[in-house]
Amino acid sequence: MADAPTAPGAATLDARAHAWERVRHARDVKRPHTLELLRLMATDVVELHGDRLFRDDPAIVAGFARLDGRPIVFVGQQKGAETEENIRRNFGMPHPEGYRKGMRLFALAERLGIPVVTFVDTPGAFPGPASEERGVAESIARSIAMLTRLRVPVVVVITGEGGSGGALALAAGDVVIALENAIYSVISPEGCASILWRTADAAQEAAVAMRLTAGEQVALGIVDEVVPEPGAGAQDDPAETARRLKPAIVAQLDRLAGFEIDELLDARYARYRAMGAFATAQPTGAPRPERPGIAERLRTLFEIGRITLGGPEPAPLRPQAADETDEPPLREEI
Amino acid sequence: MPIKLPFRPRGGEFPPDLWTRCPSCGDMLYNKQLEKNLRVCPKCGHHFRLRVDARLAHLLDEGSFEERDADLESVDPLAFVDQKPYPERLAAAKVTTGLRDAALWGTGRIAGQRVALCVMDFAFMGGSMGSVVGEKVTRAAEHALDERIPLIVVSASGGARMQEGTLALMQLAKTCAAIARLAEEGVPYVSVMTDPTTGGVFASYAALGDVNLAEPNALIGFAGARVAAGTIAESLPPGFQRAEFLLEHGFVDQVVPRHELRDRLALLLGYLRPAEERVGARAAAGDGVSGLGGFNPLGFLAGGGERETGRG
Ligand SMILES: [Zn+2]
Repeated sequence: MADAPTAPGAATLDARAHAWERVRHARDVKRPHTLELLRLMATDVVELHGDRLFRDDPAIVAGFARLDGRPIVFVGQQKGAETEENIRRNFGMPHPEGYRKGMRLFALAERLGIPVVTFVDTPGAFPGPASEERGVAESIARSIAMLTRLRVPVVVVITGEGGSGGALALAAGDVVIALENAIYSVISPEGCASILWRTADAAQEAAVAMRLTAGEQVALGIVDEVVPEPGAGAQDDPAETARRLKPAIVAQLDRLAGFEIDELLDARYARYRAMGAFATAQPTGAPRPERPGIAERLRTLFEIGRITLGGPEPAPLRPQAADETDEPPLREEI
Repeated sequence: MPIKLPFRPRGGEFPPDLWTRCPSCGDMLYNKQLEKNLRVCPKCGHHFRLRVDARLAHLLDEGSFEERDADLESVDPLAFVDQKPYPERLAAAKVTTGLRDAALWGTGRIAGQRVALCVMDFAFMGGSMGSVVGEKVTRAAEHALDERIPLIVVSASGGARMQEGTLALMQLAKTCAAIARLAEEGVPYVSVMTDPTTGGVFASYAALGDVNLAEPNALIGFAGARVAAGTIAESLPPGFQRAEFLLEHGFVDQVVPRHELRDRLALLLGYLRPAEERVGARAAAGDGVSGLGGFNPLGFLAGGGERETGRG
């Protein structure tokens, strides 16, 4: 391997740069968000406000719209394009009432027989005391549960940051589309780095290790389709981004409309039922994959990724503190 | 049989393998006595974390537990490397805990009433939920549905397992979908939250019980308190993210001391009977006939000919 075209260190740098560029694009304030995309690709947009329980959460927008004449109910996180709006929108970090507004609209969509399209773009649900005391975890769990059983088609579009549970609350559906520079992760790269590397400075390493790019999420079977972005990214040309995204959504709506709803619910259940990778231990010898193929297929895909992109190189050895344990901190920012 | 207490050693020389200091009252507790008292401080009532074997022995009728899927093991789908490769962390956790992963599930009886039960153990990588934990919770729920017996999940978890990336995140969707089907089919589910129940476990199946119980002073929350306080530079309310705080704010039904948990579950199970199977309900729903094909004792809740839609 002495003659390998790139040294492992350089490959790792490439991989870091590649992953981190996606993170930066996904977080770009000039990136079109839910309402901007709808203004560009939909007609007859009517926004509805409030969860009927506490207040209207500006971090989640919801309502009716038409895509090429087809009615949809939309629910999505909304960031602001400049500081003032971003503060009003809480940087796209919803409180529980935002998710409850979403659930109100999901129920309405089901009653009216209108398909749901969700737009996912959040660093995560808001982690403050107000959010906790009104039950943000309960609202996320209930929103996920409701989407998995909703008796209309659900198309999910990850447009920017897919930040953990706060993203998944709107992202359990029949099909998941992602924009090219969207990211999806169980925890923010900074959060992951500060827990596992004990410094937020390792965020780029964490971004590589978590496989958070849209392409890698396709390899994992979590994202179904990636829509390429124009120029250097969606922020350069929102109109062209919307022009590319719209036919992808419409095609999925038309495809899903062809299924009986019970068939669709079974498929939706099976979709999430199959997610995960584990093995069945043998009484003697090495573990054998429970579902031959899945773990191996992933491994192969990542091997390919590692060869083309450069994989994460084992972190430099450092002396282990005596008190270092495998216990992660009690709580993490999910 | 009474346990003989050794004489208290002088001069603060308590061998740590025999004695444990209570973090609440500071008293030195003799380990054997602590175990016998279900790891609850006899002086102040502090609830120490309980290992899965002790939990099962306490909750279930003796000899009734039949473990299922004991052979499931985590793999390393992302080839995740931080400062220590994930397989090494798993191997170390197996050695220190004697478990294959952070949850066990099976069937058993509580005061004679048959249940499907899944119990988490914080000692295995902080009770973090990866594919194996998600799979076990889901299998327990699916089994509860098949056999039409109540489901009980005892949670103890720091959240999703980062080393499995979004595959760990998807366990929230997988488990919520299984719990939602239980609700739809009228099979009851009791969530028991113990210290700690946080992050992705709280934001999925743990929050969705028909009845939610919690142990005293258990830490139950979505985000880390440091994050919660730091983000908005606001001091935290007293008792923030503790079981009693959750009770006050309406997210758990009762805070139950460990010694009373088994009896409380037995009492609840007397009411939480699975609805009679809705034969043909699904086919009828498909025809838009609102479940008339089968007997539906909760039909009046669905209202105005609307189908039930499984709100979790
Ligand atoms: Zn004490």
